Amino acid sequence: MLIFEHAHPGRRAHAQAPYNAPLADDLPADMLRQTPPLLPETSELDVVRHYTGLSQKNFSIDTQFYPLGSCTMKYNPRACNSLAMLPQFLNRHPLAAEETGQGFLASMYELQEMLKEVTGMAAVSMAPMAGAHGEFAGVAMIRAYHDARGDTARREIIVPDAAHGTNPATATMCGYVVKEIPTDRQGNVDLDALKAAVGPQTAGLMLTNPSTLGVFEKTIVEIQKIVHEAGGLSYYDGANLNAILGRVRPGDMGFDVIHMNLHKTFSTPHGGGGPGAGPVGVSERLQPFLPIPYVLSEREFYRWATEAEVPHSIGRMSAFGGNMGVLLRAYVYARMLGGRGMQRVAEFAALNANYLAAELKKVGFELAFPERRASHEFIVTLKKLKDETGISAMDFAKRLLDYGFHAPTTYFPMLVPECLLIEPTETESKETLDAFARAMLAVKREAESQPDLVKSAPHKLPSRRLDDGKAARELDLVWKPA
Amino acid sequence: MPFIPHTEADVSAMLASIGAPSTDALFDEIPADLNCGGLPGIPEGLSEMHVSRLMQGRAAQDGFYSNFIGAGAYEHHIPAAVWAIVTRGEFYSAYTPYQAEASQGTLQLLYEYQTMMASLTGLDVSNASLYDGASALAEAVLMAVRANKAGVRRVLVPATVHPRYLAVTRTTVKNQDIELVTVPFDKATGLTDLAALDALVGAEANQFAALVIPQPNFFGALEPVDALTDWAHAHNMLAIAVVNPLALALLKPPGQWGEKGADICVGDGQPLGVPMSSGGPYFGFMTARQTLVRQMPGRIVGRTVDLDGKPGFALTLQAREQHIRRSKATSNICTNQGLLVTAATIHMSLLGPEGLKNVALESHAKTRALVEKLLTVPGVEKVFNAPYFHEAVIRVDTPVDDVLRALRAQGILGGYALGGDYPELADCILVCATETKTDDDLDQYRQQLQRILSRRGGREPGVPPCAYK
Repeated sequence: MLIFEHAHPGRRAHAQAPYNAPLADDLPADMLRQTPPLLPETSELDVVRHYTGLSQKNFSIDTQFYPLGSCTMKYNPRACNSLAMLPQFLNRHPLAAEETGQGFLASMYELQEMLKEVTGMAAVSMAPMAGAHGEFAGVAMIRAYHDARGDTARREIIVPDAAHGTNPATATMCGYVVKEIPTDRQGNVDLDALKAAVGPQTAGLMLTNPSTLGVFEKTIVEIQKIVHEAGGLSYYDGANLNAILGRVRPGDMGFDVIHMNLHKTFSTPHGGGGPGAGPVGVSERLQPFLPIPYVLSEREFYRWATEAEVPHSIGRMSAFGGNMGVLLRAYVYARMLGGRGMQRVAEFAALNANYLAAELKKVGFELAFPERRASHEFIVTLKKLKDETGISAMDFAKRLLDYGFHAPTTYFPMLVPECLLIEPTETESKETLDAFARAMLAVKREAESQPDLVKSAPHKLPSRRLDDGKAARELDLVWKPA
Repeated sequence: MPFIPHTEADVSAMLASIGAPSTDALFDEIPADLNCGGLPGIPEGLSEMHVSRLMQGRAAQDGFYSNFIGAGAYEHHIPAAVWAIVTRGEFYSAYTPYQAEASQGTLQLLYEYQTMMASLTGLDVSNASLYDGASALAEAVLMAVRANKAGVRRVLVPATVHPRYLAVTRTTVKNQDIELVTVPFDKATGLTDLAALDALVGAEANQFAALVIPQPNFFGALEPVDALTDWAHAHNMLAIAVVNPLALALLKPPGQWGEKGADICVGDGQPLGVPMSSGGPYFGFMTARQTLVRQMPGRIVGRTVDLDGKPGFALTLQAREQHIRRSKATSNICTNQGLLVTAATIHMSLLGPEGLKNVALESHAKTRALVEKLLTVPGVEKVFNAPYFHEAVIRVDTPVDDVLRALRAQGILGGYALGGDYPELADCILVCATETKTDDDLDQYRQQLQRILSRRGGREPGVPPCAYK
């Protein structure tokens, strides 16, 4: 039942709006709205009950294991939320003078400095509001760098076929042509293909390391050499930073520009699809191009860098400087972890991934890269199962939901057939991983013995399998009263 | 300490299962000389209690002010129920609803949100959010250029659009050979200059793909949206509305502007239940005509049925998106601002059509009362003569920075200094009052401004201690 169907004409949440608002008799009549918008007329309790009820139809980290590969669904500590929501932080206007926000700005500055240390980059801007937004900033900086040198023939961005879809989409938004290169059988970037791809037209390479295949690019130093010798710059997609925190830094790997997903590695909530935060870090030569604003510290006074001070900046990315509340949560998380805690994050993310991979392999699941060490995530391929039983990765994923586990990422990366990309994260216990492995095995056995049960899953959720085709064919995006 | 549950016994058992001697061995594929050996530059971890004291101290340092700044972020009352529900773990800690059956809560909420936004803006369809109002405008410009069959890559943007929105749009589109041409405003009215528009376009057809129309504009002034929309359509351009969504509870929705209505509408959803929070997270919204739905960026939720024929919800039209279409996607956007949309949907439900209108009316009345009071102060005058909604420009006879600084010392944020964005308005302040202000708050502002201006310069020492901080 939709909130609109709970509505009754004349019903109100009386406490929530001014009672007798004065008329706007100064406004011309032809500028006024004639019919009220379709908003529900409900009581406060109606609304609270309806949305509490909706919340209960969601899987979430707080209620289920959520091993969604590449998304780093780790526990979001509650303190990060409650401290970011202190009333002084919530009520601060973005255009209020800097002197009225020194406590807030100090936190932003320190987070910026910590992110420099974590990534080994020379400078950081926290302006981008999500990972893809950070990618945009990064590639725009690559372009600004080449343009500033008059090196304008560089029109191509190289992207491995295993990359997130945001990588090629970002390159296009920055006016570049995408050149895709293949992955070798071991899950590494195909070096020969890379050598053949680079040239005077190469603006840069976008790379995730560990890659979306859940393995570390062992030849990263050589990859950097090939790209840099061709005059290109290298971009680090920080989606998988959780895997290497405190162990190896993108700056030390030779990357020129990176983004981080604080909603992954620094545990800010995913919120049903955001908000995120996608700070970018750069090497010294890209520093002049950083997006604004970022925080400067002068004699213990914190202030935003202005347009006038950084004339080469790629510019503003948001009206007011980014997802500040998300950054505050990340700051609290970083302070609770500390440097050693961050190192343990990567250590236990790797332990959980490798343990779960080992356990699944023991009960007959096929790993996509069995001879490789898993990073913080790994891929199971169900191709054999599909061939034998007709059960697809999608069917398998839906049946896992019935067992109370959120499904791993399915059909990504696209080059592994019938894949499940599994990322347990460091915050899950051994018992949870064991229970998940048992559920995986149970579904596999069902696929072999009762394929129809799996094919028609889920059975225990608020909805059965939804008709995506109908959703796209017969678009119903907006409710209309009967 | 990190949030890691493992006991020593767990670690031993797990390593044994893996067949690795130590957790260090799990990193043996990383070239040894790349190992940074930890993060010595990062301070040691703090307990929750200690970090709480730290943050409470910093919050207290920042304090509270009586705020009269608007300029794109507005202080409104947010019902307690909104964030109590938003921060329920089931909303807060869920991911993008890829697995529809396990995300019906978020998906249904987004469908309800799309319905509310479409109706509020008077358009057919809505997406499920973009980053903020500024980036939503940038996406609307890209969308209008994509939709232009003649391949026109120029867009008209009035100088009365929020300057930061224009800046973000520039950042976003400049690498795609799209030209943004600004339109000056009339110095008397503060409105987009229609004669200047005609002069910019001249006689040649198909010079621009779209005209951006702000309502209210950055100065709070109400643009002649009907005329502007019709003008855009007469010149074969799309009309892109940029609006304050709260204002639409009172003002004519973009879908009804002029003869045919605006084609795309964007804005920032912050006034709908999102705290000011130093600038974010907010959310951008976008609605459009049905015919443009396949050009829209971002997530879109559709209603469909499940295997039993029961209604349910799923992400749809995903063939537009980066995870399917990759380099040919309508945008690179992936993560959006879902949690803020959750807040706005609950907020709009709690207020309803009448409540939202009353907030708009009350905010407007408070701003009118403030402007009237401030105009009684010698040295203050009104700058533009067009009708305005809930925000207006005043001119002061004392340097603006000095005035605002002296007001701050009294715990008052007196408004936004316009000189940085509009040099010709260097002596002007954009002021805003919302329903959160009492008559007493307005009087405080008037009294302090009068005191400051009467001192002619506001630099005298010995101001009394701050009233609010």
